[in-house]
Amino acid sequence: MNTLPFPRRSIDKVMADERASAFTKRSIKASSKLEGLKLAVSMMDLTTLEGKDTPGKVAHLCAKAINPAPPEFEVPSCAAVCVYPNLVRAAKQFTKGSSVKVAAVATAFPSGLMPLAVKLEDTRMAIEDGADEIDMVIDRGAFLRGEYRQVFDEIAAVKTVCGDTHLKVIFETGELETYDNVRLASDLAIRAGADFIKTSTGKAAVNATLPVTLIMLEAIRDHFYETGIRIGMKPAGGIKTAKEALAYLVMLNEVLGADWMTADLFRFGASTLANDVLMQIARLSDGRYQSSDYFSLP
Amino acid sequence: MKTARARRTKSSSAVVAAHPNATAHAVAVPASERHLRLGEWAYAPAPETTPVKIDSSYGLFINGEFTKPGKAFETINPANEKKLAEVTAASAADVDRAVKAARKAQETVWGKMPGRERAKYLYRIARIIQEQSRELAVLETMDGGKTIKESRDIDLPLVAAHFFYYAGWADKLDYAFPGRKAKPLGVAGQVIPWNFPLLMAAWKLAPALAAGNTCVLKPAETTPLTALHLARIFQLAELPPGVVNIVTGAGETGAALVNHPGIDKVAFTGSTDVGKKIAAALAGSKKKLTLELGGKAANIVFDDAPIEQAVEGIIAGIFFNQGHVCCAGSRLLVQESVFPEVVRRLRDRIAMLRVGDPLDKNTDIGAINSKPQLEKIKELVASGVKEGAELVQSKCKLPKAGYFFPPSFFTGVSAAHRIAREEIFGPVLSVMTFRTPEEALERANNTPYGLSAGVWTDKGSKIFKMASKLRAGVVWANTYNKFDPTSPFGGYKESGFGREGGVHGLQPYVSLE
Repeated sequence: MNTLPFPRRSIDKVMADERASAFTKRSIKASSKLEGLKLAVSMMDLTTLEGKDTPGKVAHLCAKAINPAPPEFEVPSCAAVCVYPNLVRAAKQFTKGSSVKVAAVATAFPSGLMPLAVKLEDTRMAIEDGADEIDMVIDRGAFLRGEYRQVFDEIAAVKTVCGDTHLKVIFETGELETYDNVRLASDLAIRAGADFIKTSTGKAAVNATLPVTLIMLEAIRDHFYETGIRIGMKPAGGIKTAKEALAYLVMLNEVLGADWMTADLFRFGASTLANDVLMQIARLSDGRYQSSDYFSLP
Repeated sequence: MKTARARRTKSSSAVVAAHPNATAHAVAVPASERHLRLGEWAYAPAPETTPVKIDSSYGLFINGEFTKPGKAFETINPANEKKLAEVTAASAADVDRAVKAARKAQETVWGKMPGRERAKYLYRIARIIQEQSRELAVLETMDGGKTIKESRDIDLPLVAAHFFYYAGWADKLDYAFPGRKAKPLGVAGQVIPWNFPLLMAAWKLAPALAAGNTCVLKPAETTPLTALHLARIFQLAELPPGVVNIVTGAGETGAALVNHPGIDKVAFTGSTDVGKKIAAALAGSKKKLTLELGGKAANIVFDDAPIEQAVEGIIAGIFFNQGHVCCAGSRLLVQESVFPEVVRRLRDRIAMLRVGDPLDKNTDIGAINSKPQLEKIKELVASGVKEGAELVQSKCKLPKAGYFFPPSFFTGVSAAHRIAREEIFGPVLSVMTFRTPEEALERANNTPYGLSAGVWTDKGSKIFKMASKLRAGVVWANTYNKFDPTSPFGGYKESGFGREGGVHGLQPYVSLE
């Protein structure tokens, strides 16, 4: 029942961590830095996932996603806003006429511990309300007790509901804990129909890390070599500074290369990252650090 | 950084993944076009800018003072072939003065000094090295060609760590060898190589000094500058005159030192050829000898290994320090069943190694240390091609000036090929296959060398079995090229004898009573 139709790959933590930390040692300066930072903005899924979210808050978020900074900085719009299903209609309204997509977290986000029928209905309604992208969570409980078939089938069922709507599959890697599990979840989700694989909900104690992202990128690379299909990657949660964002882009550049350096195939899920990146962009433009008061809140 | 080709279309004809729903709208790239466009986001230059003051000429460091510069040779920056400084070639008479100064210091000051007092000097030296580590790293990079990333993050921290570690032993010698009393040997003559100039100086000096010996150190001809700056640190630390003497020069200076009748102990790190000559010259004398010589290490990858990390270990094993590493994993033994995927990953990985200005913080592979070394590498690579192995080489651009060689590996290598037997000492890997663990062992041990080896497998039992049967001084498991002052290092067979590091590293510098 739960034997896997593909080889299970083992990951050695020590060397994986070492390789990941090597990307943080790249020194990105001047024009490459500006290029990287603007790309990072274009890859952002500006996110608000709180119980206290309201259409008013979503309006701020959407406006920020459309115009992250004053026009003189020539900063692109963010890729998407990411909200709970109840706020999809509002988000669609506030992003109308822009390139900013609306992503909805669905499938009983963030735990995923609900019957499949509920998850599918959750997904269906978000799409009906206009969501362009669905960020689903896997059932970590099922995964950890070895019910891989169930995890696979749920992803596949959600993908069937999604159709052409973009599906991102969240593993909550902080709960899977081991790198072996992260690699296995990646191989599983990619084969089950994920368009993107995503690290975290932002709700666990440990969110996106460089080594975890590296392991997922390697799974994406192997799938590309095997099938020729490019799967996307979204590290989410915990990426707060421009410096960290650049380290992720360096890793992307050196593991998957230029074809993935686009919002079509790489996203940052973040809420506070944007302004730190914008502050760095402003500094590169005029040589000075500006007060955070000059940057609008999302 | 260009925008990717449009990936999504409405076509659903190219469904290739396992599940019928899988990425139904994605178009598969045909097999012939499945290449990764790695590294196209070019990084702007990021030069290390810490200034270093280099004198135009240097004398010898004898009895706590620098002599007037004498008959000189040049030391150049191998990354641009420009002269850095003139350095004095020590004559036999200079060596004699250095040995006499060391003898006097040993007998009148250093040998008699309580261990806890010697320790204070060593701790002080270690701290000053830490304070000046960035300058020393830049100097090491300029004089030797290694990347600033490595001299800053690996060499210098280890240099300080060795002094700290052996400082700790200085007052504990009575407990190092239970039941026996450790006495210093006297004067040590130490000859070190150009691949880790300052680190090798630390490996040699720290245990010798901790045990109460005094030293005459000869750095390599192409990389003398950091040792001379270390001499200034000894002055700053007020190390008593004569405790460490540094004589620069080429082979003749080294010969004068090891053959000097006034020394009690010779420690040499370098080529097996020179090591054999030293061993022959010292035969019949009372001098004690340790040799750390060449290697042709087997890095063994089993099919149950974490492949991704094994590839990292292969890269670290052969391309660390441009491959100028005696324990480099220069023979890769891969189990046949995983050979294709290992080789594919290696191809991708070497494409991402940045070769160029060693002072740029993003450079992965710096300059080859000298012109003769570059020629030796080229000659051996040509022999590999001639003997029928297939050369895979990074297409990276090499700087016009300076000595550079692209990261390379050979597949289809036979055990009889020169590139499988001789030490290349450059960024060139020879890849061979095996079928069973027994065959891997046999092939790994089939070399006159025996310095190091690597084993990659998820099975702990296999690691222990291999490690106990590999005839190599150091065996790394699921990692490679890891160094620590507490861990002994040294070879079997023609890779030398004696150990450096750990309590084992004290033993060659003491007589046990």
